[in-house]
Amino acid sequence: MSQPFSDLSGRSQFAAAGAGLVVQNRFKSDDHKSNLGNVAFVVIMLLALTIALSAIVAILAWAFVEGRTRLDLDLVMNGPSTVNRATAGYSVAILGTLQIIGGVIALIVPLGAGAALYLEQFADKTKWWNRVIELNIQNLAGVPSIVFGILGLAFFVRGPFSLGLVAAAGSATIALLVLPTVILASREALKAVPSSILEGSLALGATRWQAVWRQVLPAAAPGMLTGVILAVSRAIGEAAPLLLVGALTFVTFPPNFFEGGYSALPVLIYNYAGRPQEEFQILAAAGVLLMLAVLIVINSFAIWLRARYERTW
Amino acid sequence: MNVSIGEESVPNEVFTLKNVSVFYGTNLAVDKVNLPIYQNQITALIGPSGCGKSTILRSLNRMNDLIPGAKVTGQILYHGQDVYGPDVDPVQVRKIIGMVFQKPNPFPKSIYENIAFGPKTLGMKGNMDDIVEGALRGAALWDEVKDRLKDNAFGMSGGQQQRLCIARAIAVQPDVILMDEPCSALDPVSTFKIEDLMNELKKDYTIVIVTHNMQQAARVADRTAFFTVASDDEAGSRVGVLVEHDKTDKIFSSPAHQRTLDYVTGRFG
Repeated sequence: MSQPFSDLSGRSQFAAAGAGLVVQNRFKSDDHKSNLGNVAFVVIMLLALTIALSAIVAILAWAFVEGRTRLDLDLVMNGPSTVNRATAGYSVAILGTLQIIGGVIALIVPLGAGAALYLEQFADKTKWWNRVIELNIQNLAGVPSIVFGILGLAFFVRGPFSLGLVAAAGSATIALLVLPTVILASREALKAVPSSILEGSLALGATRWQAVWRQVLPAAAPGMLTGVILAVSRAIGEAAPLLLVGALTFVTFPPNFFEGGYSALPVLIYNYAGRPQEEFQILAAAGVLLMLAVLIVINSFAIWLRARYERTW
Repeated sequence: MNVSIGEESVPNEVFTLKNVSVFYGTNLAVDKVNLPIYQNQITALIGPSGCGKSTILRSLNRMNDLIPGAKVTGQILYHGQDVYGPDVDPVQVRKIIGMVFQKPNPFPKSIYENIAFGPKTLGMKGNMDDIVEGALRGAALWDEVKDRLKDNAFGMSGGQQQRLCIARAIAVQPDVILMDEPCSALDPVSTFKIEDLMNELKKDYTIVIVTHNMQQAARVADRTAFFTVASDDEAGSRVGVLVEHDKTDKIFSSPAHQRTLDYVTGRFG
């Protein structure tokens, strides 16, 4: 900068450099702690995810290593047997589970949809009894399943229904168990249908019932169906209440819905796992894989259904 | 059925509102409205937010019944019959007095089914295809959608959806069509189409429209009723009142009340 009037030009150059090149970062974080906190938070979240996932992976890996030799047709074709332990399977339990689930669906679809429709569309929320019903349904969703087992024993097996220790009693018990979640899911699905659909129908001279039955319900149906499927996938895995209503039997014959003993997939797994023989241990592990496969298929279907019919209003 | 008095013919009164007040619970929303609505005319209800114009509109076909605690006092006479009379079924009222809402609310179904729902539900006789075509033609929508009647109505533009809702309303052959700010969610071109349509529709129907848009009222309405909010400072409550109603050009050029003039010239509201 050895020019005449260098003082002035130098200063202006400096000023130009300051304005053009050294742009002050006004968005710079002024708190290094918060950055550290962010990183720590992400690490903790990843750790939590890893722990949760590794548990599932561990179960799957154990079941596969333990039960891989029994992933054959006998597993689903043969019934339980203490004689032919190496070829025993789950056929009777699968049939039992199918019957139970069929009964559960037959019960929860009309009951769940009806209760949700009443609460969402017809109940006067200013009345105390409707609020009590609502609160109780939410509470029921959190009641341990064994309690429903006791209820089923007292109410369906003995007591007013006196069905005995049959698959129908198991169905009714499991239906009661999952009903609160079905009602809650159905209500959410109904809530997601904007009131403008109901109003639009009523404005055409439809009765409330026509508007709900022909417009609101069909619009909510995919969401309600998703709730039912998720409830079914929970129902398939339930063992505890079934133990109380008769599914403990080591049955070797296909069940009849209204008479005779019955078994269910998780109950038979539980039964096999409790036996000391090596073959039954392997069979239990293979049964776990079988059940997981069924659940994955059902849950995937529910997810597909939700994605397929998802609507933005 | 016009009765001539002197030179000017006085059209039939479809609605006669006598001292109509609407309450939500114990809150008075609109106070003592007296208003005639004439046949084959477009009557616009205008006024600032909260003045009760939508409330009055929704009480005409008993849509207010859906709001818990809503109560109407006074008399709303439809061709002399009290809409809130003891033997009146609100469902029957809504068959005769149709409604189009602020936001287009097509059913999540095909265009065809959107129109057919009303006639089917009411058990109307006749060829459904003809009814659907007639309604779509009536709403100036037929040419745009005739090749895609089976498509979902959600795939239409907002303006088309609103005309579909108008078509749906006329498919059940009502006598009156109530429109609650039907263009507030639409662009100017769609708005113009609907205003055009309203001018066609008034040959066959009586139309009552609530609008925030004063120019819209000035463009389409034969008569205009101006509502405003009267605040009661002691009670701290805001109550809608009808200031005046008259022919639209009178309201917009030489209204009887200063408040109306202030509003229509944009000085308040």
